[in-house]
Amino acid sequence: MPKDFKTLMLTVAAPATAVVFALLFSSLVLLLAGSNPIDAFADMLEYGTRLEVMVDILNRAVPLYISGIAAAVGFRMNLFNIGVEGQYSMGAFFAAAAGGAIVLPGFLHLLFILVVAMVVGALWAGLAGWLKVARGVNEVISTIMLNFIALGGVIAALIVPWRDGEGSLNSGTKLIEDSGLLPDLNWLLEIFTRDIGKSRELSGALVLAVLVGIFYHLLINRSRLGFDLRASGMNPMAAKAGGVPPKQMVMLAMVVSGAIAGLVGMVDILSRAGRYDNNFTPGLGFAGIAVALLGRNHAVGVAFSALLFAFLSASSSILQITGSASPEIVVIMQGIILLVAVIAYEFVNRIKEREVTRLASLAVEGADA
Amino acid sequence: MKALEALNRMPAWARYMIYALIGILVLTVVESFESGDVSRLTADTASRAMLKWSVPILLAGLGGLYSERAGVVNIGLEGMMILGTWFGAWGALEWGPTAGIIIGMAGGAIGGLIHAIATVGFGVDHIISGVAINIMAPGATTFLSSEVFGNRTQSPNVPGVGQFTMPVLAGGDIFGLETPDILGSIADQEIFYLSDIANFSRGLMSEMSLFTVMALALVPITAWAVWRTRFGLRLRIAGEAPYAGESLGVDIIKRKYQGVIISGALAGLAGASISMELADFYQEGQTQGRGFIGLAALIFGNWKPQGILAAALLFGYPFGVSLRDLDGSSTHALLLVVALGLAAVAVWAWTRNAKSDVILAGSFSLGMFVWYLLSDTAPDWLPNTMPYVIVLLVLVFAAQRLRMPAADGLVYRKGGS
Amino acid sequence: MALAIELIDITKRFPGVLANDRVNLSVEAGEIHAICGENGAGKSTLMKILYGMQPPDEGKMLVNGKEVNFASPSEAIDAGIGMVHQHFMLADNLSVLENVILGSEPVMSGGRIDFNEAHRHLAEVADSYGLDVEADDLVESLEVGERQRVEIIKVLYRGGEILILDEPTAVLVPQEVEELFRNLRELKARGSTIIFIDHKLLEVLEIADSITVLRQGRTVATVKAEDVTAADLAELMVGSELPSPETTENTVTDTVALEVTGLTVLDEDKRPSVSNVSLRVRKGEIVGIAGVEGNGQGELIDAIVGTADISTGSISLLGEDITNWEVRARREAGIGLVPQDRHHEGLLLSAPLWENAALGHQTQVPFSKRGWIDRAGSKAQTERIVEEFGVRTPNVEVASYALSGGNQQKLIIGREMTANPVVLIAAHPTRGIDVGAQAAVWQSIRDARAEGLATMLISADLDELIGLSDTILVMFHGEIVAELDPASITPRDLGSYMTGAARSEDN
Repeated sequence: MPKDFKTLMLTVAAPATAVVFALLFSSLVLLLAGSNPIDAFADMLEYGTRLEVMVDILNRAVPLYISGIAAAVGFRMNLFNIGVEGQYSMGAFFAAAAGGAIVLPGFLHLLFILVVAMVVGALWAGLAGWLKVARGVNEVISTIMLNFIALGGVIAALIVPWRDGEGSLNSGTKLIEDSGLLPDLNWLLEIFTRDIGKSRELSGALVLAVLVGIFYHLLINRSRLGFDLRASGMNPMAAKAGGVPPKQMVMLAMVVSGAIAGLVGMVDILSRAGRYDNNFTPGLGFAGIAVALLGRNHAVGVAFSALLFAFLSASSSILQITGSASPEIVVIMQGIILLVAVIAYEFVNRIKEREVTRLASLAVEGADA
Repeated sequence: MKALEALNRMPAWARYMIYALIGILVLTVVESFESGDVSRLTADTASRAMLKWSVPILLAGLGGLYSERAGVVNIGLEGMMILGTWFGAWGALEWGPTAGIIIGMAGGAIGGLIHAIATVGFGVDHIISGVAINIMAPGATTFLSSEVFGNRTQSPNVPGVGQFTMPVLAGGDIFGLETPDILGSIADQEIFYLSDIANFSRGLMSEMSLFTVMALALVPITAWAVWRTRFGLRLRIAGEAPYAGESLGVDIIKRKYQGVIISGALAGLAGASISMELADFYQEGQTQGRGFIGLAALIFGNWKPQGILAAALLFGYPFGVSLRDLDGSSTHALLLVVALGLAAVAVWAWTRNAKSDVILAGSFSLGMFVWYLLSDTAPDWLPNTMPYVIVLLVLVFAAQRLRMPAADGLVYRKGGS
Repeated sequence: MALAIELIDITKRFPGVLANDRVNLSVEAGEIHAICGENGAGKSTLMKILYGMQPPDEGKMLVNGKEVNFASPSEAIDAGIGMVHQHFMLADNLSVLENVILGSEPVMSGGRIDFNEAHRHLAEVADSYGLDVEADDLVESLEVGERQRVEIIKVLYRGGEILILDEPTAVLVPQEVEELFRNLRELKARGSTIIFIDHKLLEVLEIADSITVLRQGRTVATVKAEDVTAADLAELMVGSELPSPETTENTVTDTVALEVTGLTVLDEDKRPSVSNVSLRVRKGEIVGIAGVEGNGQGELIDAIVGTADISTGSISLLGEDITNWEVRARREAGIGLVPQDRHHEGLLLSAPLWENAALGHQTQVPFSKRGWIDRAGSKAQTERIVEEFGVRTPNVEVASYALSGGNQQKLIIGREMTANPVVLIAAHPTRGIDVGAQAAVWQSIRDARAEGLATMLISADLDELIGLSDTILVMFHGEIVAELDPASITPRDLGSYMTGAARSEDN
């Protein structure tokens, strides 16, 4: 199938260009800074392919992926949910507090925590949805404001009364009993590999990520509701005339996006700390947007981009040790990859548009002849 | 209603002056309800701190204006501001404060240039490009910081810029000669309202940094440049109806590039004002999202410079009040101010017969009022959160009255009408 | 007389289309020269070339005897040519003055606009041509006719002597048309040359001195207005074989499919855009709705489909009251819609054809089953539509933006027809599509009528209305002002009802 091959090449060309460009540019930066880029990249590659580091990469990729999918749900509906940041923090905070406050038997405890996280995330996102639908407030601005209100307001206000134990500076919410935590998946990985070193655990949240990915794919690409969502995103007027109420679709997209966002913090809460504390990872919301854009809002594409970003972050810590370069170079690389990729996608899109239009007009001429 | 009409006929500066006087009156009255010796709402320390905190927001908002008037949404302001914090500090350390200002602006302008290339040159969605810049900028500055300062999070202390106190009115010097402090002496009389006005104004006129003076000067300069010059008219057509401009031979692409690069430069200046003035050093993450508040100020201010100034001062005010308010009593008084503001919105909605607005504003107002009555102090997170809540409330009640440039955020393709 | 414009053998190709094929045009200085032709005849392309918006592939252009090659509109402006676009090129949020001076601002030192000089010059131009505008008003506060005047002033302000007006009367009410014609005659008296693009023949004959007719991208003829009749022109425009939309035998039954009673729709300012409208469409009947655009037809459609809120009145489908039904329920119950603007309301431009074919019917077999999209079923159904309605496309995976307007329209007609609707609401079903596709669309409407479809046909094309409809209702200012029998009416009579010049009660 030469035609499909060409389409595939075009699809892969953009992110590949982005990565190559990022490598070239960061090499230049490293050279200017007096480091040897080849040494640095070789160090990263060697370190990043160690089993323990690969476990670390997977653990880092999981929240990035879930966050990316949360953003992607919005993007498919032409909504910019910049608020994943606030939604996942709220979800994680309330879920941790609720999970620490009660104990339920076995699996129910875990399920309860996950549901709380999703509901809180959905409510916080739904607020932005309501503002848009009922009040015409642009979701970009409202979600940015809600991010600040969530982190600097709601969580800052409640973390003091809800914290466990007085006095300690690094205190967080009450520790969740083991029944509420995610089991690790080391046994699964060890079927294929040697034993994983101590204190490295492959988080069970990987299962969550896979489920979220499958759910997202089925919802958006296979279900009728997903069709309605996408139609409304592409052309709300046409969708409305076709029986799709635009306001409900905005609400739905925000709520689903927020519910998924609620799960982003679960690696931190249920696999690492067992509670919401000062070490809770910030910034995953914005990183998720980057990952979604790089992965073109596609369930598998987002997985690749999450793994790429996770690889870069995880493997960069070796640079500190070997001293071959400054580890911050990877953040620059991530930024360049993203920027070049979105430009390249736009470029490829225009090539495709021209190609398709040409083919369609050929069909007309052929038929007329 | 007659009074309102008269108000609308006044020149803008007079109208704003009256708004300010009404505002101070409300603050004076609220102050008098508060137990204890709080006159911090109208204190010169509060107004001075307000102004200082407002400067980066104002500069970022004005930066946003140039970009969005040219039709390019700039949520990358935050990233450009971050570039400004580092470049400003670096320039000041290497070559002195003046160079710091210029290099800080140049750093932000580079961010603007990247945004322009992506959005205007390649037609990338404005929000997407802005997010990319916001992700890239902190990486770049952290890298530069660790390479240049040998410390990834912080720079050494930066030489600051000079300060200026208004002579005669606020007791500043003229060539080393002391002058009277008229406002200060009125403030000391403790006359109801009058002293409050004097004290509040005095705070605005004393110990102004060079950044403050520049930022305030940029308000009329922007109004002039964007509304009275050829450059401004062509910039605005790029944001309102680019294809109409194109049909008359205006080079829209050029105008958009100019707008976005100026936008970046001003965001860079905003960043430099944080590292060089507010903090005296560069620190990772020190913008604390003020680029986004600048964007909010732009919207709040209806894409106009005087509106952005008002918004920036409003956002800076809670910080100003909370700065020396260790027991949280003055900040507490702000709850009442917000409650009164919402009540005013409810009344205004009532006159316009907008029932849902009356209910919404009324119940928010009531909630704030109850909170005010049931508490003695305000928590420390409140001043940080208040600007964002105010923005949301403004958008909830006034989103339909705001007028953004008609082609703002739309990708422009030459000859694509 | 000297020639102001001379175009020689202008050719312009677009992918798959030969928009202009060796077109020749000679316009004398100081005349009003009309360019006529059906939609798609190549008029707009020709004008874009003349105004420097697109370069020709071949051919020569002479302005005032000198050969020119415009790279951009500003070069055309410098050569004294100005254009009044059909969709006004004005910024709503700028003042009249700002819109006018843009691009030729008088400046003082420092790039400061000399507003005094600008006001003076604008007043001078406006006064000398008798064009009345308020310089400091925001454009958004102006009526359509005033906006058009601003567009004309824009050209004159730059010293333009050759004006191109692209379908200037399409957006105007009759009084405004008169005002425009008065202005144009004044301009001509002062020596301006005017190129006037239109396809309303009576208007053309009224205002023009010479007329050039284009058909399928070629020049057919240039004639003097006094030498021809409207019928002559019509024949030149469409050729000798007019694709006549005559219906054959009467298929109207007694079953009322759609009944609208006392329907009123209010606009944003609470004024009625549809006012107390009642109508019935029976099975096998085509009810045509005539009217100048903007007289409530769009709102009437929206109310029936359910996308607009109604104030009073009721709508029933096959006797069942559907006034409070959601859009989806109405569509499922058998209301088909060919929207008036296919790009805005009919298509998902970036989605593949098969998803476009599903739009509006995605809840039904074969497009979906139990809440899941049936991709195979949808594609098979789309292929049937493509086959049956002659949609020219490489395959059904192509995004719909790639199709020509006619093929897009055939896809929409096909999608609605194959869903076996009870009532079809067809708004401007042949607008902007080529003659071949037009005939195909008419044929499918006729076929469906024969099978008992109730059709409400909204159209600005009077021949289409008269030829297809069993009954014609005329809408004016939101009301139905006349019910006419197409067998006994001429376009001229219909026109007088549409412009409010006559009401049926007066007869």
